[in-house]
Amino acid sequence: MEKRNLTCIGCPMGCQITVEFEGEEFHSIKGNSCAIGDRYARQEVLKPERTVTSTVIVIGGAKERTSVKTKGNIPKDKIFACMDEINKVRAQAPLKIGDVVVKDVCGTGVDVIVTKNCEIA
Amino acid sequence: MTSYDIVIVGGGPAGLAAAVAAKKAGTDSILIIERDKELGGILNQCIHNGFGLHTFKEELTGPEYAYRFIEQVFDLGIEYKLDTMVMDISTDKVVTAMNRTDGMFQIKAGAVILAMGCRERPRGALNIPGYRPAGIYSAGTAQRLVNMEGYMPGREVVILGSGDIGLIMARRMTFEGAIVKVVAELMPFSGGLKRNIVQCLDDYGIPLKLSHTVVDIEGKERVSAVTIAEVGPDMKPIPGTEERYTCDTLLLSTGLIPENELSRNAGVSINPVTSGPIVNEILETNIPGVFACGNVLHVHDLVDYVSEEATRAGENAAKYVQNGCKEQEGGHVIQLKATDGARYTVPCTINPERMDDLLTVRFRVGAVFSNAYVSVYFDDERVMHKKKKIMAPGEMEQVILQKKKLAEKPDLKTITIKIEAE
Repeated sequence: MEKRNLTCIGCPMGCQITVEFEGEEFHSIKGNSCAIGDRYARQEVLKPERTVTSTVIVIGGAKERTSVKTKGNIPKDKIFACMDEINKVRAQAPLKIGDVVVKDVCGTGVDVIVTKNCEIA
Repeated sequence: MTSYDIVIVGGGPAGLAAAVAAKKAGTDSILIIERDKELGGILNQCIHNGFGLHTFKEELTGPEYAYRFIEQVFDLGIEYKLDTMVMDISTDKVVTAMNRTDGMFQIKAGAVILAMGCRERPRGALNIPGYRPAGIYSAGTAQRLVNMEGYMPGREVVILGSGDIGLIMARRMTFEGAIVKVVAELMPFSGGLKRNIVQCLDDYGIPLKLSHTVVDIEGKERVSAVTIAEVGPDMKPIPGTEERYTCDTLLLSTGLIPENELSRNAGVSINPVTSGPIVNEILETNIPGVFACGNVLHVHDLVDYVSEEATRAGENAAKYVQNGCKEQEGGHVIQLKATDGARYTVPCTINPERMDDLLTVRFRVGAVFSNAYVSVYFDDERVMHKKKKIMAPGEMEQVILQKKKLAEKPDLKTITIKIEAE
């Protein structure tokens, strides 16, 4: 049986979680104070995921860039491939929060979306 | 002279939430004055996620969180002036401001809400030895350059200080192709949130060296190397522990200081521990009708708490102007004290007759405590004793006081918050 100590990143509390597991079977998850911690611990041990946030270049906008994020978490080992895709984007203004700038980034099934409105220049 | 019922200085998270709350509380004549070219304040450059879990029960990025409030400011038709700098606030609440279109102008305010936020501690305040080449930035400046202006400040980076902005920038610079060699922290604990150490440093194998500081900066034109060394309990570098890192950039994430030049000029009393105004239970300063909220009052680690605090300031300012801007009389004043590991409290005084049914008192501890108790004393009597697994200076704590409990003690003079081992 394997034992791992984790710090939950689900919220600023940062609960210290101890996970005992064997393969894909969990024996115990202790130290979390809510369901987010339980979910985080299972995911982190089997297949760690993160949200990626960055900026993209805007064409014809009042600002030269605007900020973006992956709409959900993507596998941790795809973060840098995802950044490469984000850096290729040239988004046309106007842009609104929620607009998709990369569909299904790196085959993760997750879109990259705008997080800040950008008007036309 | 134009006049407004409420003038809010600063259009960041605190100013926005205060404006929305004051308007919803029935005050229509409100003006927000913002020195930047857009509303939102520091959130505009905080493009990472993790905001709003308390307020909106979802994880938002900084700009998304800001927009939730900006949208309300638009919808409620609240007036605001951008690119406008407040130069002075007088004791009788005349606000002097200037911008390129109106020039210099004055506004008579019924109430003023201070929401100017905070500023980063600069290199000059740190006494770091070494040369003064280009390539030394505060972490927040680097954040603005990368996230808003689209410039990379450097390629090989050393970071001094483990505040949240420094940790966030370690990851951000890594995302954009830079190599972050080390984060050095003078204290034996990090000033940032635990989750940020995990997701910004550990995820990318960036070492965090606690009890370390910068002892030399090399480079004539541009930074070429930084030397760090371990410090002893006296905070002095230990000879023989030096490590030299070649790099072109040094980021400083060494603390935030509330920006209270305007408050001081207006005659607002400042708490030397927080560098923010001394406020009572309605977040009012020693000048009646001048309120404070957000990072200008005390530096927060969660914007959710800023919004919550600013909402109260907005509601209280509205109440003040609706009552004809008269100082409320009567009631006795209870002093709040922080001792034995607790560094300060906000508010500093409570008038039990004016307080809400539940009052959140926020404070910070001065060191890391594990399995210690937060205790509240009404004069000499302990009335609250709550065990906490871990408390650290980087994470704000709170206790909630009940009006009815205070009403049971009409002679109460002092409420003390302290940290106890058992």
